[in-house]
Amino acid sequence: MSVIVILLLVSLAIAGGFLIAFLWSVNDGQFEDNYSPAQRILFEDDEKEE
Amino acid sequence: MSPNKTHTHILCDHCGDMCSGNGITLEEKVFCCEGCKSVYLILNEYNLCTYYSLNDRPGKSQKNNIRRDKYAFLDDPEIAQKLIQFTGNQQTHVTFYLPQMHCSSCLWLLENIRKVNPAIISSRVNFSQKEIFLTFDTTQTSLRDIVETLTRIGYEPHLSMEDITEAQIQSSNKKGWYKVGLAGFCFANIMMLSIPDYFSENHAIEPLIGKTFSTLILGLSIPVITYCASDFFVNAWQGLKTKYLNIDVPIALALLITFGRSLYEIISGTGTGYLDSMSGIVFFMLVGRILQDRTYRTISFDRDFRSFFPIAVNVIRNDKIKSVPVSEIKKNDILQIHHQELIPADAILSKGNAEIDYSFVTGESLPVTINIGEIIYAGGKQMGGAIELLVVKQVSQSYLTNLWNKDHYQTEQPGSNSFIDLLSKHFTYIILAIAGIAGGYWWWQGEIHLMWNAFTTILIVACPCALLLAANFTSGNILRILSRNKLYLKNASVIESLAKIDTIVFDKTGTLTQNIKLSVRYEGHLLSRQLKMQIASVLLHSNHPLSKAVLTYIDMTEVTLAENLKIIDHKGIEAWIDDHHFKIGSPSFVGTDLTTKNGSQVCISMDGQYTGTFTVSNAYRLGISSLFQSLKSKFTLALISGDNASEHPYLQEKMGADSELLFNQSPLEKLAYINYLQDNKKANVLMIGDGLNDAGALKASRVGLAVCDDDNNFTPAADGIIHASKVSILDHIMNYVRSGKQIILFSFGISILYNIIGLYFAVQGTLAPVIAAILMPASSISIILITYGLSQWMAKKYKLI
Repeated sequence: MSVIVILLLVSLAIAGGFLIAFLWSVNDGQFEDNYSPAQRILFEDDEKEE
Repeated sequence: MSPNKTHTHILCDHCGDMCSGNGITLEEKVFCCEGCKSVYLILNEYNLCTYYSLNDRPGKSQKNNIRRDKYAFLDDPEIAQKLIQFTGNQQTHVTFYLPQMHCSSCLWLLENIRKVNPAIISSRVNFSQKEIFLTFDTTQTSLRDIVETLTRIGYEPHLSMEDITEAQIQSSNKKGWYKVGLAGFCFANIMMLSIPDYFSENHAIEPLIGKTFSTLILGLSIPVITYCASDFFVNAWQGLKTKYLNIDVPIALALLITFGRSLYEIISGTGTGYLDSMSGIVFFMLVGRILQDRTYRTISFDRDFRSFFPIAVNVIRNDKIKSVPVSEIKKNDILQIHHQELIPADAILSKGNAEIDYSFVTGESLPVTINIGEIIYAGGKQMGGAIELLVVKQVSQSYLTNLWNKDHYQTEQPGSNSFIDLLSKHFTYIILAIAGIAGGYWWWQGEIHLMWNAFTTILIVACPCALLLAANFTSGNILRILSRNKLYLKNASVIESLAKIDTIVFDKTGTLTQNIKLSVRYEGHLLSRQLKMQIASVLLHSNHPLSKAVLTYIDMTEVTLAENLKIIDHKGIEAWIDDHHFKIGSPSFVGTDLTTKNGSQVCISMDGQYTGTFTVSNAYRLGISSLFQSLKSKFTLALISGDNASEHPYLQEKMGADSELLFNQSPLEKLAYINYLQDNKKANVLMIGDGLNDAGALKASRVGLAVCDDDNNFTPAADGIIHASKVSILDHIMNYVRSGKQIILFSFGISILYNIIGLYFAVQGTLAPVIAAILMPASSISIILITYGLSQWMAKKYKLI
């Protein structure tokens, strides 16, 4: 049964990873501008084609 | 007869404005003005025409030419230093606010700006804040050059005195999100770890696992109580310090007792505690708070005059023109003001033709002509050529700024501001009484253990968090629905103040009337078709707003040739048409002495004979009279206007006979009237106005709403900003806001039902963690759903969605 404890710690570690990812993204300002990233991806990089 | 010219509507390929005549054609493009054309040429030169293919006509009108050395003041290292964020050996970082930013074309162009000016190393746009972050090479260019590059492509940065007087405080909500994230993580994991315990009888779990689980739960709950819930403790402590029992006090108490008791149970091994319920509650309350405190990033509610005023102005000293920061202007300085520039201090006109647009100040969009020797108040904008002014008062002492600096004693009384706090106070007393009675009963029975059990669990169960949740989620949703109706409130407490309003005071110009649409009346000889055509042929050559208004009014598409045309600035036009001599312009120019009535006059004379007068005034907004109709039964209405009383009878009829209508009011009188209503008549006043002349009144009133025509307009400080087109649905908004309190009370009633169930177990001292774990999310989620559903339903009822 003690394997459950190990599994539990693994699951906590994974969830903690997501928590850190979330905190990081907030800190990085990902939620501050939700318009431009969606547009930016559609712009063509015409410099390189020329 | 000269050939008839027919006008078709041609739209500018840059900004989408209507072109006069056939516009300016270039290759296949058509432009309304040289400004738009030059932007196109620049973009074309640098291969940036994708700008035009991403969106149709993405530009903003470039009709207002920017003076060549407008930004000379940026060469002053002292001023430049205050705008720059960071400067290293080679690189300088700077952020500008660009109010023109509105579509993906803007985004694309601004992020490719380095093609226009290679000295720019990188540019990054924050679209929701309308900001651009630029890095440029200091060895190749200067700050002034960067600003001029932006201006040339049509994105003139908004630079104001505010940018240099104080460091901009970035009020970010990041901390709130950290707390929600952490609380959610801990809550979910504690819930998961608690499940085995819910379904087991005592000792059914292996001791090793049980011990690990409860240690982990305890570990996870520590950040919840110490970090995530810290706001509740801080607020509660502040409340207690001012001897005021706010809603955070019982919540903090319940959290502490829950944590303390769970800690005891886990350490002594007698149980698993209620940490799952506790972290859940904290999580839900934080979510509610985040929803309620949602901010509108592009809107600023706390502007003072500094954000309207320029950074520097040209001062003539010893026959030399020098850029001087506005704050350093002294009395008796001579200012040089150009077209479209703001007058920063009260001054006397000493040279030039002044035509001052006071729309910032009064909301009146038609310019006023000022004669030499007359005073011009700060806040006016010069339209036309350069003028020279003699400063009579410093910026900080000028009439309008003075009004702003005047300390209005704030109308916030501590204690009685929120009914939620009041409700929670009663609630807390009742709960303490129940806990005391139940504890006392068990003590009397001799069951000391049960006494502690009952006393603590009652306090745990009866935490008024449901009330807080109901309030937060209801106001959050109301704010959201109002913002969809283009009413942006500063914060949630404004909703409650709005619901208490019994008196509404309106400003007239710019609030009840439209800035853009002008109404034109004609008096005089019959306007024949031929006369109309002749007038149109003359006025076509004028750019003055009054000529344009008259042109739209007579609506002639056919024109003839006007000969010997002479435009006399600020007075009028004369021309020969079909061998008749026409003079069109101000009454003095035409040679009639009309007693000045409301609005502005355009007089016409033919061959020296007076023909007639067009009177141009601002038109009322649509739906205003039906708005008054429905408001006057529920509210006391009043009007304070800076204009003359010519509209008095009309407005009195619309607003009802017992409404107070005041005309010719100065900004100070407006402020005094609001104070009089609130102090002497104990009224809760809602003031609706625009322009800086209402700023004092907006600030002093219980709720001040500023009207704006355009989303990126600059409005004075206020509790809320309402879009001009939505003023006419104010009655629906007021009704909706008033329903908010009922929604909160109703959902609170529901939560009390849950509390009674919980209390039933708690008084017996037998509240199993599983029951708490069911009751807590059930009551939280049902409250969230009920408040959301009810506020949606009410919004539908009042036609707001």
